[in-house]
Amino acid sequence: MADGEEPMALDVGSSGDWDGRWRHVQKFLERSGPFTHPDFEPSEETLQFLLETCKILVIGAGGLGCELLKNLALSGFRHIHVVDMDTIDVSNLNRQFLFRSKDVGHPKAEVAADFINSRVPGCHVVPHFKKIQEFDESFYRQFHIIVCGLDSIIARRWMNGMLLSLLVYDDGVLDPSSIIPLIDGGTEGFKGNARVILPGMTACIDCTLELYPPQINFPMCTIASMPRLPEHCIEYARILQWPKENTSIPSLLVLMCLPLYGVALDGDNPEHIHWVFQKSLERAAEFNIIGVTYRLTQGVVKRIIPAVASTNAVIAGTVPSRENTALFAYVPLNNYLVFNDVDGLYTYTFEAERKENCSACSQVPQKLQFPPSAKLQEVLEYLTENASLQMKSPAITATLEGKNKTLYLQTVASIEEKTRPNLCKTLKELGLADGQELAVADVTTPQTVLFKLNFTS
Amino acid sequence: MTMADHKTNKDQRYDRQLRLWGDHGQEALENAHVCLVNAAASGTEILKNLVLPGIGAFTIVDGHRVSGEDVGNNFFLSSDSVGKNRAQATTELLQELNTDVSGNFVEENPDRLLDNDPEFFHRFSLVIAVQLEESTCLRLGSVLWNAAVPFLVCRTYGLVGYMRLVVREHTVVESHPDNALEDLRLDQPFPELTNHITSYDLDNMEKKDHSHTPWVIIVAKYLQKWCREHDFQLPRNYKEKEAFRQLLREGIRKNENGTPEEEENFDEAIKNVNTALNPSKIPTAVEDLFNAEQCENITSQSPAFWVMVRAVRDFVQAEGRGSLPVRGTIPDMIADSDKFISLQNVYRERALQDAAAVSRHVESHLQAVGKLPECISEQDIRLFCKNAAFLRVVHCRALVEEYGVDTVHKDEITSCMDNPDSEMVLYLMLRSVDCFYQQHSRYPGVYNYQVEDDIVRLKLCVHSLLQEYGLTVNVKDDYVHEFCRYGAAEPHTVAAFMGGAAAQEAIKLITHQFVPFNNTFIYNAMAQTSATFQL
Repeated sequence: MADGEEPMALDVGSSGDWDGRWRHVQKFLERSGPFTHPDFEPSEETLQFLLETCKILVIGAGGLGCELLKNLALSGFRHIHVVDMDTIDVSNLNRQFLFRSKDVGHPKAEVAADFINSRVPGCHVVPHFKKIQEFDESFYRQFHIIVCGLDSIIARRWMNGMLLSLLVYDDGVLDPSSIIPLIDGGTEGFKGNARVILPGMTACIDCTLELYPPQINFPMCTIASMPRLPEHCIEYARILQWPKENTSIPSLLVLMCLPLYGVALDGDNPEHIHWVFQKSLERAAEFNIIGVTYRLTQGVVKRIIPAVASTNAVIAGTVPSRENTALFAYVPLNNYLVFNDVDGLYTYTFEAERKENCSACSQVPQKLQFPPSAKLQEVLEYLTENASLQMKSPAITATLEGKNKTLYLQTVASIEEKTRPNLCKTLKELGLADGQELAVADVTTPQTVLFKLNFTS
Repeated sequence: MTMADHKTNKDQRYDRQLRLWGDHGQEALENAHVCLVNAAASGTEILKNLVLPGIGAFTIVDGHRVSGEDVGNNFFLSSDSVGKNRAQATTELLQELNTDVSGNFVEENPDRLLDNDPEFFHRFSLVIAVQLEESTCLRLGSVLWNAAVPFLVCRTYGLVGYMRLVVREHTVVESHPDNALEDLRLDQPFPELTNHITSYDLDNMEKKDHSHTPWVIIVAKYLQKWCREHDFQLPRNYKEKEAFRQLLREGIRKNENGTPEEEENFDEAIKNVNTALNPSKIPTAVEDLFNAEQCENITSQSPAFWVMVRAVRDFVQAEGRGSLPVRGTIPDMIADSDKFISLQNVYRERALQDAAAVSRHVESHLQAVGKLPECISEQDIRLFCKNAAFLRVVHCRALVEEYGVDTVHKDEITSCMDNPDSEMVLYLMLRSVDCFYQQHSRYPGVYNYQVEDDIVRLKLCVHSLLQEYGLTVNVKDDYVHEFCRYGAAEPHTVAAFMGGAAAQEAIKLITHQFVPFNNTFIYNAMAQTSATFQL
């Protein structure tokens, strides 16, 4: 490590670079080695490609996003876009290091981009203070690689679906130039994972949906009449008491988890949390339950996941290596990495395998098997509860008498009200036939999923 | 901002991490002062991950001047840092990450400090050295070992990351194990538990009560029945456990037609038979602590940890009748509120009683060595008792032993190298490039024109290293080639990974929560694999 030999002033060349700037990176791009990928050829042009041509999209400017932007910028990537729909919160500051107290309330994507652009000369991060769903194929198609640092499985699945929809098949053969590699990372406390997805070639997000177990909710009867834990008391206040005191809709509908009118509980509003906290304490006192604290209340209401800087740093640190893999379109054997540093440090990589009948990437028609006497409600429950589907609020349409008919749609209140009676009707009553195709739209995918309805006896 | 406002602000800022290590962990962090030697990218990444969560203070020791290369891979240097002292330049940009933290720098070569003022290092909670030459590293290691200051060595060398922890003795009360077994004592119920169980008359209960009786009670009741019929022997093997499950099944209430009702608590009982029948014995790791010399000989110098270990040992031999203090927590289970809470209280109260007994033992030991009982708080004792089954002690031996020809862990190295692509080969290569540095005052392959010739030179270093330690292992030429290719580069992404890994280990050392690695960690960024060795 040279000491005192460099010029005192920074000699910035015409490209905005200074002497030695990329020396750490260059050794890997310009020198061959015994372990490099079979398609890799050392060349001075690769660095130029990174600097001038390669376009990367980072989704999420939070814990992972900040780390990713820094790592990419210092690895030579100059054309980076970042999408994040959130604004900065105080609780982000323990790990999202591109933000300061003065930035609270401002859009994450914009503040992150500004910081990187000023700290790393020549790097040009373009922010988008938007939801990923606000962009279409033409936006995503421009990128060479997409890296996700999301905190939502729904968003991941949507992204996954979007990239799958970009794939081009010529006579049933996948055109490799239509593949945009997706690198997905996630962290929770001291655990994390990172995976490479080559859409159409390797396992996609939905192929391994069972790796994300569905969220555990406490049974309603426990919350309503048999609380034992402080969490039960908090859920009572959140689910049952709040709507009662803030809307005029009977609690039966609450239990059915149907949309309500009135003031929604806002986890980011300290007054709301405080209200829930007080009510939880009262409930707990009634049953001699100890342990309700403000912190626990917040944690339960907001479903807070603990987070630290170090885990995000580790996972983001693995990503660019995965990118190198992706850049050379090298099918990675071990495409899924898990990390845990609760006890020592533990990493494990394995090959996540494609699911033959994956509802997202397999192109195998999905089946729905129900007797004609089954109610539409049952189909809805299947779509949401089945471990491989895990839809959130599916909208079901069918072609009946030559016309496209919406059987049930939850996300628009007026349509929900109109189609709600269909839930209690049988499939036969709705006019559906054996072999009929049902189109299901859901927030977990940008494309409609087609199901074939098979009547069982 | 008032004190109260500041505290609330800090609670909000640190909320996500307080849920991991609690307020007491945070306090330990805020009272710590960490020293970083060398503000290379790996080092500043480590510090970033300590400054963000609110470490009390840091001091960077670095004599280097910032080069263009440094600015290229270090986020905490900007283009106008070139020529400045690296400790100073990086301190500015690290400091502004968190105004609660106090950042300091010393513009000095660590070798110079070791020459003139080695006691400088005694003041730190932890010293972290990054990209440090072998000779200086060993010198520093020696000073810190003698001063009992924990030392964490970290380096990024091309696509390889390395960490070595050096600490005489690190005790952990709160190890937070991922899958802890419950402490239900169903195989040896304590008197209050037995009384509580006896108070239930399952056969004559109302249906509603029957269906909402905690599974622990149900299993306990039926175990009593079983023992009476089986010569006071608990179900031991699979066959007997199945028979016991059948007994439970038969206990489910039936309706008028004779079909079993839906009793989820009984389903839970049946599912939990294995858990319930786990013998309540003391884990070997804890037995080892009881047998340790530090436990046997309590002096006025004994750390609180060992006084408490001894007190728990005394408890086990007396009031505990061979068992650890009761933990006092039970898992959630299907039951009505009253039955669950009253069962929970039985365990809770017993735990308090046991902790009080342990407390008396603590007091008597403290008195015997002339210390006040207030030295160790009730809160600490209760926390200790709650975690009695999960106590851990980590010893990471001195560098001089790892490097000593007579004390090297030959067997560990040789057996790992049975697989010539084991991460162990990366360790041997790191040792070899250090040999190279000793001979040539530079690392191999830094400049393109050096690569080819250095492969030959490095190979010689590998041979002499293996010979010196008598290691009959095969180091493939590919690795020699690869390490010349690296040219001692420090790619940012590998530095970032190591920054996260090392920072978390530092936090474990400072908070005494979670278990640090022991003692050498290697990260292979090519294959994305890692391994931990004890060297």
